[in-house]
Amino acid sequence: MACDDCNRTELLRRAVAEAGRGLPAIEPGMPLPAGTGLSRRSFVTHAAGFALAVYGGGRLSAALLDDGIAAAATGPQQPVLVSIFLEGGIDALSVLYPASDPLYAQLRPKLALPASSGLPFAEDPRLLWHPSAAPLATLHGEGKLTVLPAVGYDHPDKSHFTSRHYWEVGATDTHLLTGWLGRYLDATGAADNPLQGLSLDNGLQPALATARVPVASLDSPDRYGFSDPRLTSFPLEQQMLDSAGGLGAVHAAGHDPALRQAGSAAQQARALRGRLSQFGADFHPPVTYPQSTDDFPHRLAGLAAMLAAGLPLHCVALKAPGHYDTHADQAKALSDGLKLTADSLLAFQRDLEARGLADRVLVHVWSEFGRRARENGSNGTDHGAAGVGFLLGSRVRGGMVGEFPGLAGGLDEQGNLRATADFRGVYAALLEQWLGFDAAQVIPGAAQFQRPQLLR
Amino acid sequence: MAPLPVYSKPFGSQQAERLLWRAGFGPRPGEAKALAAQGLRAAVLSLTRPQAEQLTGPAPTDRGAPIAPYDAFGHDHLWWLDRMVRSNRPLVERMTLVWHDWFATSNVGVGSQRLMLNQNETLRQGALGSFRDLLLSVTQDPAMLLWLSGVKNTRFSPNENYGRELMELFTLGVDNGYTETDVREQARALTGWRGRKRGDNAADFVYDTRLHDTGSKTIFGKSGTFDWTDSCRLCLEHPSHPGYLVGKLWSYFVPTAPTKATLSGLKALYGNGYRIQPVVEAILQHPDLYDGPRMVKPPVVFTAGLLRALGGGVDTILWARLGAGAGQRLFYPPNVAGWDDSRWLDTATFRGRWFLASLAFTGKPPQGGSSDPAKLLDRARAALGGPTLTTATSTALLDFAKKNRSSGAAVVESALRQLLVMSPDLQTC
Repeated sequence: MACDDCNRTELLRRAVAEAGRGLPAIEPGMPLPAGTGLSRRSFVTHAAGFALAVYGGGRLSAALLDDGIAAAATGPQQPVLVSIFLEGGIDALSVLYPASDPLYAQLRPKLALPASSGLPFAEDPRLLWHPSAAPLATLHGEGKLTVLPAVGYDHPDKSHFTSRHYWEVGATDTHLLTGWLGRYLDATGAADNPLQGLSLDNGLQPALATARVPVASLDSPDRYGFSDPRLTSFPLEQQMLDSAGGLGAVHAAGHDPALRQAGSAAQQARALRGRLSQFGADFHPPVTYPQSTDDFPHRLAGLAAMLAAGLPLHCVALKAPGHYDTHADQAKALSDGLKLTADSLLAFQRDLEARGLADRVLVHVWSEFGRRARENGSNGTDHGAAGVGFLLGSRVRGGMVGEFPGLAGGLDEQGNLRATADFRGVYAALLEQWLGFDAAQVIPGAAQFQRPQLLR
Repeated sequence: MAPLPVYSKPFGSQQAERLLWRAGFGPRPGEAKALAAQGLRAAVLSLTRPQAEQLTGPAPTDRGAPIAPYDAFGHDHLWWLDRMVRSNRPLVERMTLVWHDWFATSNVGVGSQRLMLNQNETLRQGALGSFRDLLLSVTQDPAMLLWLSGVKNTRFSPNENYGRELMELFTLGVDNGYTETDVREQARALTGWRGRKRGDNAADFVYDTRLHDTGSKTIFGKSGTFDWTDSCRLCLEHPSHPGYLVGKLWSYFVPTAPTKATLSGLKALYGNGYRIQPVVEAILQHPDLYDGPRMVKPPVVFTAGLLRALGGGVDTILWARLGAGAGQRLFYPPNVAGWDDSRWLDTATFRGRWFLASLAFTGKPPQGGSSDPAKLLDRARAALGGPTLTTATSTALLDFAKKNRSSGAAVVESALRQLLVMSPDLQTC
């Protein structure tokens, strides 16, 4: 290969980014209080009562991060965008299946769902809802769910990691290291409020990776204590967290990337703990969420509770339950994951409605691609192109964005569904119509993508 | 070609400490000093060409009983963590972890701890040997055949799962010299394996010529009636492979990118027979490892190192549960690309590590003594084998000891040990 030796470092860097590994965590160099003149000043951490000098680049102490969250919480309420990822590439042709298309039974001799088990889809009589998606059909009927039956991009990549990376960074660019929501937060967010970009996960969702402002990651809001009855207890726990956070702030302002990452984590953990101590073992949701060993319904219940408590959340990202990379034995895996996802989303919407928060929240559900139209003989399907997505909330327009292209004319030369909506156009519309921000500053080449009308 | 650069500045305890963390699971008390005395080359060779395996210390337990790694949930994690703690061949275990991340197989898709542990033993046997042998072993490994649908890939209905990842993740790198057609043709070449989804008998996984597509395939522009061994061979002979392999291997030990000259040198070492050991030996002696920036310790490395420093053993299922909370449950990598080394630490996994540290200290309260802040910090440091600290960290911890003096020596010393372990210094190496 010609470029084998010419630019290996570049190739390696690309490989790293393309494997979805290239996005920075909560470093580097954040938070940066531009223009605040805070460098080389001393701060007093509020609980430990000792002065801590903060040097270099003017980064904030843990105590000020906490103040930042408090300040943001008393400011005007912002709209909330929740990004939910169906990992593995969910089979669009099962979620909304073209039961009446003669090609469907031909392409899916074993996996085709019978017309009798589906629920009608008003916008397109060719399609039926998967029985496990019944709650989505309900929401769609109420006009609170917009369907994107074939969303994707030109020249689709069939690697999980590359395609997911594209969706996460909001561009078909393997070099981009920040997430699309992360860049939006970098442009508009606060230097001292990590809750503005919250991953409800055991780790950062890459769509939220920022370069400048802090974001946080949280398993669940009721699970952020630092003591456990089975383990050594620390009578000085609060002072310890303050000290760890303060020390973290010093390292977070240093030059070594690994020390900075470790320092930022400690600093933000302390700030987050301060804000979440109000949540006990239950959120007392006004509705019933599905019971599951998967954390998803619990996390959504916690999200509603955090919003009700007035915490300053703005962009939230989490993964849906289920395994959608269904190369084999697709029917049960897809049905189980889809059912829990749909049941939980319906409960979340009802929770927000009961709490009077539904007008503030919009949920975007996406997957890295759809699957091959023709099943593969392992009772599964291989990686495809365009996939299915949803927008959920009391303010969405309902209906469809793009249309179902059909199996006869809608497949590409590899037998994959062609996209009828571009995910970057959806992102641009979310930024402009929901978050009120110029998409050109976040999505590269935003001008070339058509914006669907998303809100009623 | 110019020889690869070798670190030539003084090789003291601090350098030996870094080497032991990068190429293993950190030093036991006194180990860094002893290794430093050997000099760099001998130190590296003691890791890459180790003695026969020996496990020192008490065998792992859960609730006082011996563990059942094939059968009890979580005991697979305990079994391997224990080896990381007790083995006298830390690099072999560390390389096994590298290959577990490289050929990342999750028991979520396998459903058999026995098959996962069999694969683990295959990775351990091949840890520093020939990558060619390793790739051939992994390609026919039952857990892998289940995980990436190899047993579903037949001439009647090819399944692209393994063929794609074989090139994208295992040998070439994404978009690095192959096409979608190559993916489909690789899938055809790889047909022929058969196995059983339920049950964990390795003997059920066999090559069955009736399932193999004997037709001609065209891969990377070459045509032939290729089979699974050809699939592997064609990838190994692909011009993109040596660079991908040594570059990726390098990234497990050094956080900065290698220079062009270093990459060429490593490729030359590797090109001579696909041998892993000489490449690792060169990386471990490279100046970039000792002069460059730090790396965040992977959670399981952090955990095993903590137990080694404290002289603790694996004695409860909590090590597996809390390990998951810290972001690394062995045998359950998040996906086929393995764990994401660029973001081990965030607000969620910080808390997971906090609990792991608390568990390490459970049942080991400080002995007590002088409540002088400096002495308290010395004792806390000594309890962890005397790790090197940055000035910022010792200053902050000393401040903590002074401010909280009134809480009593034992309480403060216990807090200092936890704070030390959670300091950015000890989270990184």
